[in-house]
Amino acid sequence: MLRYTFHILLILAGGLITWMAYEEMIGLYTLSVLMFMGVNIIMSTSLNLVNGYMGEFSCGHAGFMCVGAYVSSILGVLLFAKDKVFGAPLLDPSLAIYAFPFIVLAGGVAAALAGLLVAIPSYKTRGDYLAIITIAANYIIISVIENLGVIGGSRGFMGMKRVINAMEDVAYLPWMPIWVFLFTVFSVWLLRRYLSSTFGKGVSAICQDEVAAEIMSVNTNKIKTISFMVSSGVAGIAGGLFAYVIGYVNPGSFNILKSTEALVMVYLGGMGSLSGSILSAVLFTLLLEALRPLQIIKWVVIPLLLIILMQFRPEGIMGNKELGDMFPWLKRFYKFK
Amino acid sequence: MTQTQTHTNTAPVLEVRGLTQRFGGLTAVNNFNVTLKHGELAGLIGPNGAGKTTVFNLVSGFYQPSEGDILVCGSNTKGMKPHQVTGLGVARTFQNIRLWNDMSVLDNIRVAQHGRLGYGFFHAIARSGRYRRREDEVEREARELLEVFDLLRFADEYPKNLPYGTQRKLEIARALSSHPQLLLLDEPAAGLNSADVKDLIRLVRWIHGRFDVTIWMIEHHMDVMMELCEQIKVIDFGQTIAEGTPETVRNHPAVITAYLGDDNI
Ligand SMILES: Nc1ncnc2c1ncn2[C@@H]1O[C@H](COP(=O)(O)OP(=O)(O)OP(=O)(O)O)[C@@H](O)[C@H]1O
Ligand SMILES: [Mg+2]
Repeated sequence: MLRYTFHILLILAGGLITWMAYEEMIGLYTLSVLMFMGVNIIMSTSLNLVNGYMGEFSCGHAGFMCVGAYVSSILGVLLFAKDKVFGAPLLDPSLAIYAFPFIVLAGGVAAALAGLLVAIPSYKTRGDYLAIITIAANYIIISVIENLGVIGGSRGFMGMKRVINAMEDVAYLPWMPIWVFLFTVFSVWLLRRYLSSTFGKGVSAICQDEVAAEIMSVNTNKIKTISFMVSSGVAGIAGGLFAYVIGYVNPGSFNILKSTEALVMVYLGGMGSLSGSILSAVLFTLLLEALRPLQIIKWVVIPLLLIILMQFRPEGIMGNKELGDMFPWLKRFYKFK
Repeated sequence: MTQTQTHTNTAPVLEVRGLTQRFGGLTAVNNFNVTLKHGELAGLIGPNGAGKTTVFNLVSGFYQPSEGDILVCGSNTKGMKPHQVTGLGVARTFQNIRLWNDMSVLDNIRVAQHGRLGYGFFHAIARSGRYRRREDEVEREARELLEVFDLLRFADEYPKNLPYGTQRKLEIARALSSHPQLLLLDEPAAGLNSADVKDLIRLVRWIHGRFDVTIWMIEHHMDVMMELCEQIKVIDFGQTIAEGTPETVRNHPAVITAYLGDDNI
């Protein structure tokens, strides 16, 4: 029974949010903050796989988010909504309700493939040089989309609200909060299962001593490929959700600044700590909202916080530990590793 | 994929022919030949910078040789990545200990079984039957190995917190975790005090008997070599200058010249 405490709490939390959203007990604003929290959790945990666990420095995470956002948006609109460019929906809009998770996953798969843009150079390149490649990848992705007139170029792409409307026509439920919640759980679950297996511990072996890893039978190129693809694929899921939550995407919202947000969350939470990344994503989202009145000045305040953090607690909130290491009694309820 | 090959009596565990390695203008290893038969315990010595570690780096697949062939249990390792060579049955330790320091001792042993896990990403995600069976086996095997090495009490410790001698021992245990046919030990006694050196001699002899493994070691401590090795090769400037039993080698004029002024011997 104790073992399932965490799962029960999770189901209760999901149920509660859904119910409160359905009864309109929480306002749209709070709801959107909660959803951004979910998206940010997915972004920070997936970036932690590469930057924290594997010890590489990716600064182009938003590029993969962008791929996921566009692919799932276009797919959804193409299949289930009437659009100026694409014309009538290809499928019956009432099917959207079933297809939606697959549309988001398709965005993830596309982003995972885009991850090869970084994975393949990583065989030969490390550290600073690979970091430059990740920035380049981010720019390439954005520029390609900016130059694709069919999908709106730099003006952006919309119509996702119509897909959600199609779902609501079939069953009136707060679909987006539900999907964001489920995909957040799914993403963390996926990363955790990967990283806690002996197979996935090859990632930490590469981080700590790549030469020893390769000599001790770890196929380092394979593990790097899988890790980059999982990381970018999960970011693609975040992108898809982000697109449907906002109902509009443009390449400009996935630039280096967005990638930096993900970096801030990883370093705030602690490298190599999934629970740290979750915690920091929650805090960071709240912080962004709290500082919203400052408008553009918040981009002075937030980096400043980062400087202070690096000065006084460079290892982040959790610093390479999971919640279970900090509070051992928690282990009774949940196996962290 | 890379299952450890079962030993066949026909092919030697290691056969090296005409091995040459150049780094720019420097020839670190020059036309090196060796054959190790199953169950041998051989030594490789030479003054500092003679090219000993380079030979090990070549055999373990870390460098691609400029010239020559390396056959492990009959298979040519040309073009292979180090993890594939490990899959053929070569394991090694490093001159400067290279453990994964932020991973528990148990995980160090577990991850070294990576090449023969027999499951991949999707099994790990699905926690399939195969995944659970293999993880159980990997864990059990790792604990058994730690047990016989008398390291089990450190299972949850981080290697960096262990005494130096224990780290050396752990690195050997980790190498054995991949079920090698051939174990390469690069100066296992370096940095050990004389009591630890005695333990090491006992340990290597015990491993040799118990794990049915061919051992090839580099060592500066001549007493270790005298005690353990049947055959010793001496190299200097990448060239073999003498070989034979410890006794012959020790009194060989070329060896004495090579080591002249070197107080290691
Ligand atoms: N990657 C490399 N690039 C260039 N030169 C190298 C490289 N590795 C080794 N060398 C050179 O090759 C020569 C042999 O080095 P090696 O490490 O094999 O010597 P060694 O016999 O192991 O010496 P020691 O007893 O000091 O460990 C040295 O002159 C060394 O500087
Ligand atoms: Mg050496």
